[in-house]
Amino acid sequence: MAALIAILLRDIRLATRRGGEMLTLVLFFVMIGVIVPFAIGPDRETLARLAPGIVWIAAFLSMLLGLDRIFRADDEDGSLLAFRHAAIPLEMIVLAKLVAHFALTALPLIVATPVLAILLGMEMGPFLATLVSLLIGTPALVAFGTIGAAVTVSLRRGGLIAPVLILPLCIPVLIFGVGTITVGGPAPLFLAALALVSVAAAPFCAALALRLADD
Amino acid sequence: MSLDTTRKANWFSRLAHPGAFMNWSGPMVWPLAGITAVLFVVGVWFALYASPPDYQMGDTVRIMYVHVPNAWLAQFTYAVMAVAALGTLVWRHPLADVSAKAAAPLGAVFTALALFTGALWGRPTWGTFWEWDGRMTSTLILLLLYLGIIALWRAFDDQLRAGRVIAVFTLVGAVNIPIVKFSVDWWHTLHQPASVFVAGGPRMPGSILTPLLIMTLAFTFLFLTLHIVSMRTEILNRRADSLERQHAARSPGA
Repeated sequence: MAALIAILLRDIRLATRRGGEMLTLVLFFVMIGVIVPFAIGPDRETLARLAPGIVWIAAFLSMLLGLDRIFRADDEDGSLLAFRHAAIPLEMIVLAKLVAHFALTALPLIVATPVLAILLGMEMGPFLATLVSLLIGTPALVAFGTIGAAVTVSLRRGGLIAPVLILPLCIPVLIFGVGTITVGGPAPLFLAALALVSVAAAPFCAALALRLADD
Repeated sequence: MSLDTTRKANWFSRLAHPGAFMNWSGPMVWPLAGITAVLFVVGVWFALYASPPDYQMGDTVRIMYVHVPNAWLAQFTYAVMAVAALGTLVWRHPLADVSAKAAAPLGAVFTALALFTGALWGRPTWGTFWEWDGRMTSTLILLLLYLGIIALWRAFDDQLRAGRVIAVFTLVGAVNIPIVKFSVDWWHTLHQPASVFVAGGPRMPGSILTPLLIMTLAFTFLFLTLHIVSMRTEILNRRADSLERQHAARSPGA
């Protein structure tokens, strides 16, 4: 457990020291919200109707953008090799990195969501629902992203492949995420189930892929 | 590759040896191709001449005889890939990753054909090429999955390592396909468009079922033939690769 927290803190410290990246991600997220009105017109009603979808698409794209970061640096500086031979199981380490990635990419986006909500003219009700849906749903995105990053870590030119692989698998997250905002009903439960299952399974799949990629 | 040399050679590990596979699969290609051709001739004859036009859709019902087999193979091929992935991960079967690699482009083509013939069929019967119908949408997602896997195969230099890593992803995809299907169905019933989805009752008369079954069999044999041929090609490719590498290693400049 101590090792888990140590790796978690290490990742967060590394990311904050390098600086800038978190801000860039949030900037990208907000910018998608800014450019959409230029594409579909500034009509408030239309924007408010599309807002849940836009916020989710923006979150989707921003999460995919940061995907490569989960294992890339560790692979380059050799930490990944050390992790593989560490005393604690690789699955635990992957779980710690997953949580760290969630804290570094998903949480800033959720914090920045109010800005998008104002720009897109969301009402209070849908806005709160959006926050809840992002909180429940983004762990699933991070989980799938971790698998994608693990599968492509040994590729030198793997930058675009992980998002292309992961996108089709994330469609259920998008459907139930937006469904949580616009329909409610069973959608939040499905979204929560998806998040729980994928977060539980992702460390095993990703660790397996990491081991096999390095044999 | 030489994992099985010390163990007693059962049929499974005999099958596993790529050289043995080349030996028994070579004579099979032409008979398989022959069976496929005969099935296609019979199937097409049934589909075009010996079956009646549908009372509602007229002759366009004949598109079904191409569409349904392709849609079946779109899913069957993924099942083949998932089994091959298990073979790679559990038994380290040297043919399994060859099989998975050979199946991916075939699956993509069959899925694309299913979508294409579906669009051709949808235009006269529903009045539109594309409808965001649950089944069509999940087939499209399946196509994207296939294309992603093909891209992944191409991105790796070391095909043995690629086989193992892609096997993990193939299985993750296999677990996900039902979830995708379920979520897309849920999404579809939510946004039920005013479509003209009345055609094609569940009960089919035998006159339509016969050509459908023959054509399905014909397409399945087509898949088997192409799969074996492209597995053989892949093995030969790998041999050529390793020969080239040996040659390069022995050349004075190395």
